[in-house]
Amino acid sequence: MHATATVGRRLFLTLNYAFLIALSLMCLFPLLHVLAVSLSSSAAASGGLVRFWPVDATFDSYRYILQKKEFIASFIVTLERVALGFTVNMLMSILCAYPLSKETKDFRSRTRYAWFFIVTILFSGGLIPTYIAVSKTYLLDSVWALVLPVAVPVFNIILMLNFFRGLPREVEESAFIDGAGHWRTLWSMIVPMSLPVIATVSLLTLVGHWNSWFDGLIYMNFPEKYPLSTYLQLMVINSNPMKLDPTNLSAALEISERTTRAAQILLGALPILIVYPMLQRFFVKGIVLGSVKA
Amino acid sequence: MKTNYRKRELPLHLMLLPGVILLLVYSYFPMAGVVIAFQKFVPINGLFNSKWVGLDNFRYVLDMPDIWQVMRNTVSIALMKMAAGLIVPLVIAILLNEIRSALVKRGVQTLIYLPHFLSWVILGGILVEILSPSTGIVNELLVWLGFDPIYFLGSNGWFRFVLVFSDVWKEFGFSTIVYLAAITGINPALYEAATVDGAGHWKQMWHVTLPGMLPIIVLMATLSLGNVLNAGFDQVFNLYSPVVYESGDILDTLIYRIGLVDAQFGVATAIGLFKSVVSLALISISYAMAYRYANYRIF
Repeated sequence: MHATATVGRRLFLTLNYAFLIALSLMCLFPLLHVLAVSLSSSAAASGGLVRFWPVDATFDSYRYILQKKEFIASFIVTLERVALGFTVNMLMSILCAYPLSKETKDFRSRTRYAWFFIVTILFSGGLIPTYIAVSKTYLLDSVWALVLPVAVPVFNIILMLNFFRGLPREVEESAFIDGAGHWRTLWSMIVPMSLPVIATVSLLTLVGHWNSWFDGLIYMNFPEKYPLSTYLQLMVINSNPMKLDPTNLSAALEISERTTRAAQILLGALPILIVYPMLQRFFVKGIVLGSVKA
Repeated sequence: MKTNYRKRELPLHLMLLPGVILLLVYSYFPMAGVVIAFQKFVPINGLFNSKWVGLDNFRYVLDMPDIWQVMRNTVSIALMKMAAGLIVPLVIAILLNEIRSALVKRGVQTLIYLPHFLSWVILGGILVEILSPSTGIVNELLVWLGFDPIYFLGSNGWFRFVLVFSDVWKEFGFSTIVYLAAITGINPALYEAATVDGAGHWKQMWHVTLPGMLPIIVLMATLSLGNVLNAGFDQVFNLYSPVVYESGDILDTLIYRIGLVDAQFGVATAIGLFKSVVSLALISISYAMAYRYANYRIF
């Protein structure tokens, strides 16, 4: 059927391939360029010789960063935050999504609870009142300040409950007939059947906690308690290069501000670049099934 | 019968309990905390003993010399992002749907979703690096093509363009998923019927694909309406500098500077409250429209 492609059609297809491949490379090249800068010698980097391949390749900037106490400290804070935050978020998502996915006839308060959750995405107290809530509950300077205020991810709950609803009802009914309660049904029937959406929400949660920087900036008073993203925000984005002492850095270690920055950016993105391809195939399915129902 | 019901539902209430408590403390308490918009709030005195000043904070905001500038920036940046963010993924999804090679299709998808998962701290760092007027690779290219180098992040003429462009670059892959799913959902019989009627690829795209996607396009457009006052704090905060306040300062960055840098809590909360109320109204309208025209329900 498709054998009779016209010249115009073939031209379109060729251009289409070329355009889309160029577009996807546009999403990759900036990262590759920064990678190349981070691996180049400082002379090559400041001379503007680096494109997409390292010039005079060296790991000096990475070595320099990994020796810094602050970097390691903030890295540990982030690990702690991601571990705690991930556990709490996933537990809350599953525990809240299950009751909210029920029909009103099976759970009469469902609609009232649903509104209680939805209101929080429609209206918020804003920056200052939230800050006050965190300080009143004595969380300032504690890793819990980065976990508890965002512990109930309403958007993820909605994704998950929509997925739960799509599961065949018979499974649940047969579980009840066999004498299983809600808890058991949830953990041994619903959760194992919901792996695509759980993988999706896991990816969103992990990335969310890894990337958050603003809460660290406002809730932590000591730089050694900053998570990595906050540390990077201050070091890479906010720090004025002129304020640092360039002689100190480059003379001693032969590395430049620019290559160090690039290396820090890449180290900050690295875990995502590793986790993302593994979970990506689930997440398309999870997002689509969870969000598009019309 | 009634007790039986209660007993059956008890575990469900228990499952929701921790979530409800956390939301009460960290969402509902702050909502009540917006009263400080009407106070001269002093942290030591707390919420209940600070002096009430009525609408003074709001009056102060209206008298600020920059406030209209900031409002204009916020709305125009948000609208430009919404328009571009709707159209670009739509076009890409249609083009991507024409690709037959599974390998290329998956490769393209994997790469275009990628920036969505990187934070504005990382992307900000990357943009500063590649857009630098002296050493950035983009300007190197411009010079090579015979143009003058452009100080993208330091020029009021270019700053918004960079904001919109980089926002689309970060997010278009993600919305493309939703559009692609909508295309996949179109009944193949419609294409066959169109082919029988003699419609070529272009006509099929125009008369089958686009109308088939219309509900989801309407839905995405209405749902984005609630973001008219959200021009993107993370992005602007990580890219701007005092030089480009004129074109890039938005409500959220202003709230940050007034509230946490200048410690004028009442004033910052007043702007925040204004923003929340307007957003709430817009979101309610858009959800009502989405329900009516696209039969969309969040739950």
